[in-house]
Amino acid sequence: MKLLVAVKRVVDYNVKVRVKSDHSAVETAGVKMSMNPFDEIAVEEAVRLKEKGAVTEIIALSAGVTQAQETIRTALAMGADRGILVETEVALEPLAVAKLLQAVAKKESVDLVLLGKQAIDDDMNATGQMLAALLGWPQGTFASKVEIADGKATVTREVDGGLETVELQLPAVVTADLRLNEPRYASLPNIMKARKKTIDVVKPEDLGVDVTPRLTTLSVAEPPARKAGIKVPDVATLLDKLRNEAKVI
Amino acid sequence: MVSLVLIDFDDTGIKQPARSAVAAALKLGEVHALVAGAGVGSAAQAAAKIAGVTKVLVADDASLGHALAEPLAALIVGLAGGYSHLLSAATASGKNVMPRVAALLDVQPLSDISDVVDADTFVRPIYAGNALATVKSSDAKKVITVRASSFDPVAAEGGNAGIENITVASVPCISRYISSELSKSERPELTAAKIIVSGGRGMQNGENFTKLLDPLADRLGAAVGASRAAVDAGYVPNDYQVGQTGKIVAPELYIAVGISGAIQHLAGMKDSKVIVAINKDEDAPIFQVADYGLVGDLFTILPELEKSL
Ligand SMILES: Cc1cc2nc3c(=O)[nH]c(=O)nc-3n(C[C@H](O)[C@H](O)[C@H](O)COP(=O)(O)OP(=O)(O)OC[C@H]3O[C@@H](n4cnc5c(N)ncnc54)[C@H](O)[C@@H]3O)c2cc1C
Repeated sequence: MKLLVAVKRVVDYNVKVRVKSDHSAVETAGVKMSMNPFDEIAVEEAVRLKEKGAVTEIIALSAGVTQAQETIRTALAMGADRGILVETEVALEPLAVAKLLQAVAKKESVDLVLLGKQAIDDDMNATGQMLAALLGWPQGTFASKVEIADGKATVTREVDGGLETVELQLPAVVTADLRLNEPRYASLPNIMKARKKTIDVVKPEDLGVDVTPRLTTLSVAEPPARKAGIKVPDVATLLDKLRNEAKVI
Repeated sequence: MVSLVLIDFDDTGIKQPARSAVAAALKLGEVHALVAGAGVGSAAQAAAKIAGVTKVLVADDASLGHALAEPLAALIVGLAGGYSHLLSAATASGKNVMPRVAALLDVQPLSDISDVVDADTFVRPIYAGNALATVKSSDAKKVITVRASSFDPVAAEGGNAGIENITVASVPCISRYISSELSKSERPELTAAKIIVSGGRGMQNGENFTKLLDPLADRLGAAVGASRAAVDAGYVPNDYQVGQTGKIVAPELYIAVGISGAIQHLAGMKDSKVIVAINKDEDAPIFQVADYGLVGDLFTILPELEKSL
C-alpha cells in the first residue's frame, strides 16, 4: 500500500510574525522556516505505519517555492522514501494544493493520503477535506489515532465534545491533530541517507492543474493591541478590581 | 442574495456558535438555516425561532445521523444552487464539512472569518491571530466558516421561520460512525461561557484540576479550559484545549492559571474582555495580555481565591 504525505514550508512556530509596513503581507524575508508542525505529525504517522508493515512506500509532496525541497528532505530524513516538489512561485491556496495532490494521488495510485489538519501560517484547515472531496474519498479529520486493517482506516477524531471514532473505506484522506503522535528527530545517519533519496520536480502545468488564486489579499493588519494591565499584590485586591472596576463577577 | 447557515446542535439544543454564524450571515442579507441529522424535529423547531432566520430547511435521515462529512457535504452541495453564501460556525463539525462542500463546488473556502466587509470581502485571522487579513473572493459562491467569538450571537428566540422538509438523496456509504467518547459536565460550554478558568502545565496533574480549579469554576459559574500542555500531559480531555488549534473563546472573564502564554494559547483567548493571569513567574508572557496579573504560587492563591468569593 502506497501512502502520500503532504508537507508545507511555513514560518517556524516559534517566530513572532510581523506585518510588513505596507500592510501587504506578513514579513517572511530572513525569517526561520520549518515544516508545518501538523505535517511533521503526519509524516511521523506515515513512518510508523510503514514500520508496522501497513504501508510499503511513503511519498512526501510539497508544493511551493524551490526551497520547499528542504521541507521534503526533512520528511525523507524522518523516513519517507521519495519526494515530489510541485514547484511554483504562485502563493498557493488550499484548493490549488488539493488539486495538485489529487493529480499525484491518482497518478501514483496511493491508498492513503496523510496531511496536517491545518497550516500554522494561513490557518485555513481545509486542504485535506478538499482533497477528499475531489477524489471522492472519505475523510478522517483531526485524527488522534489511526489504525489500518482489512482495507479500512479506523480514525479517532478530536471533536468539540471530546473524541469520535469513524471507519473509512480505503482509499481515504486523514488529517493529523496534535495528539496523534510525537514526531521523531531525524538521526544524523538518516539525514545523510535522505540526501541520496530522489526528489522529482514537476510544475503545476505538468499535472494539468490551474493554480490561479481565488482570493485577493487587500490588506494585512496587526490585530488591535491589548492595553497594558496591572499587577495586583494579593487576592483581595484582585477580587476588588474584578468586582468594582471590571465588574465581571 | 440569500445565505444558508448550517446549524450545529446536539441533544441539548442549538449550539451558541450557530447563532453567531447566523449573525455573520445577516450582515449579508436574508438567512435560511439548515438542520440536518436523524430525528431532528425539536432542533428544527428551535431553529425556526432563531432571530433573523426566515426559513428552515430540514433534512431528517438516518444517513445524516452523526454529521459525517461525506453525506452532509453532498446534501449541502445539492442545496447550494439557491444560495450566494454557504456558512457554518467554525466548530469541529463546520470545519470538517464546509471545505468538502467548497471543493465540490470548485470554490476556495473562507475559513474562520472574524468580520464581514461586503458580500465578497471578509476579514480572517492568520498566523495564530497575529495578523488580520482582509481578503476578497472572486468565486461566484462563497463557502465560509465563522469565528463564533467574533460575532455576538443573535437571540435564540424571536424568529418565526417557516419549516420546509427536504428529501435526502442516498449517497454511497464510504464512511461509518463507530463511537464517541464525550466529556460530561454540568458546567457551561467553553464556547458559550461568560467566565472561563483555565489551567496549564503549572497545575501539575489532573487531580489538582479537580481539587483546585473545578471548585473555583463552580463558584463563578465558569467553564474550565486548559492549555495544550495540560491536555497533552493527560490532566484533562482534549476538548478543554483553548488556542490556535483548540477552541477560540472570548468570555467576559478569562482566568489563566499556571499558563505561560505561548502565542498559540493567546490565539485562543486574547479577545476576552478581561484577562486575569496567575503565575509564579513574573516575566511570563501571559502578563503582557493580562488586565490583572497576580504573581505567586497557584497552590496558595487558588484556595484563597475560592474562600474569598
Ligand atoms: C502547532 C502548534 C499548535 C499549538 N496549539 C496550541 C493550542 O491550541 N493551545 C495551547 O495552549 N497551546 C498550543 N500549543 C503549545 C504552546 O506552544 C505551548 O507549548 C503551551 O501553550 C504551553 O502550555 P502551558 O502554558 O500550560 O505550559 P508552560 O509553557 O510550561 O507554562 C507553565 C506555566 O506555569 C507556571 N507555573 C508553574 N508552576 C506554577 C505554580 N505553582 N504557580 C503558579 N504558576 C506556576 C510557570 O511559571 C509557567 O509560566 C501549540 C504548539 C504548536 C507547535
